[in-house]
Amino acid sequence: MIKTDALIIGAGPTGLFCAHQLGLIGLNCEVVDNLDKIGGQCIELYPDKPIYDIPAVPECTGEELTNNLIKQIKPFNIKFHLNERVEEVNKVNDKWIVKTNKNKEFETPNIIIAGGVGSFEPRKFSPKECEKYENRSLFYSIKDKTIFQDKTISIFGGGDSALDWAIELSKTSNVNLIHRRDEFTGAQLSVDKIKELEKSGKIKIFTKYQLNSVKGEQNIKSIEIKHDNKSLEELETDYVLGFFGLIMKLGPIVDWGLNLNKKTIQVNTENFETNLNGIFAIGDICTYPGKLKLILSGFHEGALAARGCFKYARPNEKLRFEFTTTSKAAQERLGVKK
Amino acid sequence: MPKITYLEDSGKSHTIEVSNGLSVMEGAVQNDIPGIDADCGGGMACATCHVYVKEEWFDKLPKKEDGEEDMLDMAFEPKQNSRLSCQILVSDELDGLTVSIPSKQG
Repeated sequence: MIKTDALIIGAGPTGLFCAHQLGLIGLNCEVVDNLDKIGGQCIELYPDKPIYDIPAVPECTGEELTNNLIKQIKPFNIKFHLNERVEEVNKVNDKWIVKTNKNKEFETPNIIIAGGVGSFEPRKFSPKECEKYENRSLFYSIKDKTIFQDKTISIFGGGDSALDWAIELSKTSNVNLIHRRDEFTGAQLSVDKIKELEKSGKIKIFTKYQLNSVKGEQNIKSIEIKHDNKSLEELETDYVLGFFGLIMKLGPIVDWGLNLNKKTIQVNTENFETNLNGIFAIGDICTYPGKLKLILSGFHEGALAARGCFKYARPNEKLRFEFTTTSKAAQERLGVKK
Repeated sequence: MPKITYLEDSGKSHTIEVSNGLSVMEGAVQNDIPGIDADCGGGMACATCHVYVKEEWFDKLPKKEDGEEDMLDMAFEPKQNSRLSCQILVSDELDGLTVSIPSKQG
C-alpha cells in the first residue's frame, strides 16, 4: 500500500502543474497515467503542433510544454506510475483506497482527477466479429513481433504506426497494407520506403479499401475488404493489425458516484472539489459555469485544488498564503540555492 | 438564423436554428444532440464530431483542409461524404443543411 497526501490521475499539463502546486505547499503526491509517457493530450495528440496561448510563452509545442513542466516539478521528486489505469476507489476511514489495473494500491486523503477527456484507448474496427479475434489474431498494438514471422499480415491505417510496422514486418512476413484513401499521413520517408517495397514485391498496397468482414474459426483465415466503388476483395491472412490512433474513454470513473455532466465531472469553483469529499477534478475533465477547455484554466484549477487538498492531508495545520519570491519554505522545497 | 438538421443513426431527426459563425458541431453540442461527442472541443484533434453530409450539400461546403482528411482516417466508418462537423461553419448559405450522425464515434 502506497501512502501519499494526494494521488493525481493524469499526467497531462494540468496534472503536472497541480503536482507542482502541491509540492510548493509541502504536500507529496504520486501520479498515475494510462499512457506510457508523461504529457497527456499534448504528447499524444499534438507533440509537434505549436500552442500560442500559454501566458508568457508566445509559442511552444506540446512536447516543449511537457518538458518544461517536468523540469519545473523536478525538485519534488514525484513518482509516476505510467501504463497504469485507476480502476476502483473506496472510502475507508476518511481515506481513499485506490486500486489500479496492475493491482497497485494507494491510500490517500485526496484524489485529483486530471484525466483530460478520459483515458486513451485504441480505436477499433467496425465489423462486430473483430472483437472475437482481438488479442489472438487481431491487434491494435504489438507486444511480441516474433509471432508474425513467415505469416501473412494485413495492416490497416495510413499513419506512422501503420507504415512503420508495415516496413518492419515486411522483413519477415508477407504484408498487405490497406488504407481508406490514396494519401498516407505518415512521414514522407516512410511513404517512399513503402512504395519502394511495393515495387520489389515485399508489400501489397490496397488503397481506397476498408475492412468489410473477417472469416475464420479460432483464428482469422481471411478478410474481405471493400473498395470505395463497392467492389469486394478477399485476402487470406493470418493476422490483422489496425492502427487508427487513440480515442478517449471516461472508463471506470463513471462508476465512482461522481456527479457527471455528459463526459465531464461537476465541480465547485472554490477548490474544484466534486460532490465527494477529497475528490477533485481539474482540467478538461471538469465542468462548471463558464468552463473554458484551455491549458491555462487547468493551471488555475490545479493551484486551487492543491490548496483544497491541504485540509484533508494536514487537518491540524493552517495553510498560509505565500509567494515563491519571498517564502523561505517554498524556496527550500524548490531546492533554491542562495 | 439558418436551420440545420441533425439525423441520428436511429432515424430520429432534430432541426435546430444555429447562429451564423458557430460550427455545426457547436450547434449540436449546445443543443444536446446525441452522437456528436467533440472530445477535443473543436481542435481537429479527435474525429469524434464525425458526420455524413447529404450529397446535394457536400459539394456546397468549403473544401476540407489537409488536417481534416488526416483525422477522418481515424473516424469510425468514414465514407466519401464524411466531414468533421467542427470544421463546417454555419452561414446563411447553409440554411437547410442536413448531416447524418454515425452509429458511434469510435
